[in-house]
Amino acid sequence: MTKRQNRMVLVALLVIGVSLAGYLGLKAFNKNLLYFLSPTDITKGRAPKDKDFRLGGMIVKDSVKHDGIKVVFYVTDYANTFRVNYSGILPDLFKEGQGVITTGSLVDGVFMATEVLAKHDENYMPPEVADALEKAKNKQ
Amino acid sequence: MWKWIQTFASPKNFYQISQKMIFWLLIPFIVLILVGLYWGLIVAPIDYQQGESYRIMFIHVPAAWMSMFVYLVLAISGGIGLIWKIKLAYVIAKVSAPIGAAFTFLALTTGAVWGKPMWGTWWVWDARLTSELILLFLYLAYMSLNNAFNNPKTASRASSVLAIMGLVNLPIIHYSVKWWNTLHQSASVSVNKVAIQDVDMLIALLLMGMAFKFLYGALMLMRARDEVLVIEQNSSWVKKVIMEHR
Repeated sequence: MTKRQNRMVLVALLVIGVSLAGYLGLKAFNKNLLYFLSPTDITKGRAPKDKDFRLGGMIVKDSVKHDGIKVVFYVTDYANTFRVNYSGILPDLFKEGQGVITTGSLVDGVFMATEVLAKHDENYMPPEVADALEKAKNKQ
Repeated sequence: MWKWIQTFASPKNFYQISQKMIFWLLIPFIVLILVGLYWGLIVAPIDYQQGESYRIMFIHVPAAWMSMFVYLVLAISGGIGLIWKIKLAYVIAKVSAPIGAAFTFLALTTGAVWGKPMWGTWWVWDARLTSELILLFLYLAYMSLNNAFNNPKTASRASSVLAIMGLVNLPIIHYSVKWWNTLHQSASVSVNKVAIQDVDMLIALLLMGMAFKFLYGALMLMRARDEVLVIEQNSSWVKKVIMEHR
């Protein structure tokens, strides 16, 4: 091997080695990298018992009830659903049928949230297009 | 091809050719950024969820694209420098780092000011945001390491190894929104899917994306020309250039 080929192999080994290390590291920490748990994760017992965690999912339609600053709504992943109690200011994008991520803990099957963040999806469209899509959906 | 690369990669030829190239990168940049901003801020309609606020996307997304693209250039140039010992490759890597860091910083800050009204928070430690922050730290580490040695050869080699090691972060950033639950939504524009349902929104985003590419090209060449003069300061052609500009 020439010196140049030698260096080429060294650089290739560096890339392979670091990729392998990255892969193994991510595999080991995979669970800790989840920002939130879905309702199904929680029913499967993956939620920590003694500390706060995040619950994420879709806000069930017609489930949001306001009482002053207090709000109650249901979060679903279409398989399991949890009731969420929260008191505080909601973000602008907090809407029924939209994504939400809440921080808090589970008390007797009810999620007592201390923080509510809105999660939006990757779709962008003008309001007219959204209306047309909604109408087409309702016709079906 | 190989011969052409070798000729171009000699610092002297690079210095002469790049001058014209900068002009032909700056002109498209100016045209694209003006048309892109007009398209994004005036022609494109509002979004059904986010109203006017979504328009920050036209800066945020191209900046995030460039933060990763420039890192790729950095790592590949570093690798070429290590293997073929081409001085110009090290120069391109070195001068690209601050530009890439600036794009990363822009992506993070525009994301924060977008996140506050939309999500309800400036910052969360989810996989996408955290891996992009690590990218900023990688740029800073590369720059620090490159300046930490008295011997420029050692500096180039050590920092290039670091750049190549950091390459592992790029797929993590890209796939973070797929592999893990994140507050950040998944990609709106990718190879097999476009989730932007409006032609004008998409045109504006692509125009801005191209504008940022040309901007990087021009800035990189401008800085590379200066760097070439510094590293070749003792050669006769640089002395001639300096004499001509006196």
